[in-house]
Amino acid sequence: MSQLHTVNKSPLERIALESAIKHAVKGNAILMIEDGVYGAMQGTQKSGMVTDAMGDISFYVMGPDLKARGIDEARIIDGINIIDYNGFVTLVTEHDVTQSWL
Amino acid sequence: MSDVKKFLYVNRKAPYGTIYALESLEVVLIGAAFEQDVALAFLDDGVFQLTKGQDTGEVGMKNFSPTYKALGDYDVNKIYVEKESLDARGLTLDDLLPLTYEDEDDDWAEKDSIKVVSAAEMAEIMEQSDVILSF
Repeated sequence: MSQLHTVNKSPLERIALESAIKHAVKGNAILMIEDGVYGAMQGTQKSGMVTDAMGDISFYVMGPDLKARGIDEARIIDGINIIDYNGFVTLVTEHDVTQSWL
Repeated sequence: MSDVKKFLYVNRKAPYGTIYALESLEVVLIGAAFEQDVALAFLDDGVFQLTKGQDTGEVGMKNFSPTYKALGDYDVNKIYVEKESLDARGLTLDDLLPLTYEDEDDDWAEKDSIKVVSAAEMAEIMEQSDVILSF
């Protein structure tokens, strides 16, 4: 089964992203939304955790949530796809199951 | 005014994901009317509250970050940001809103409100406070 994992917590405060990465399997996707978008930033204490997982898992981040928080797209880790709400819907339809890491 | 106490508002949450940041800002502005000695601390994810360029148009929430710029007008001009928290998030002072105030004791010269401090200095600021409000 192909799974989409959503993460809405900052990786610098909670371990939701870490746990999602640990439990995602090859071919799964992780979408960062709300405070989860801080996980997509370059140069943080948690960036390495994401780049290490990018070989097996595809990462997406919600653009409107980045803009709300003043995070410029140039600061996003290379290889993470920036999407909008329509893209979120598309991701949900492309996967069999969606799991939220709250 | 007698009995002035040192108030410290401690901000540790990112904006928008939870209501803490906005609630803190509102309490600070209300509290400013009571002419106490007020300071704000930003550490952990709280440093994200002060980032430049916030634009909430697409998420349907109020962008309250411009309100931080008004703090100087309410004599709230001691804003401490922890360096270790910035470093952990790949941020520098340049990524933060330029917050200023006019110093009435120095011919109303415009001065920076934000002071970047170490965790040890932040601990001392906390230790010297009479009242701490946590958000």
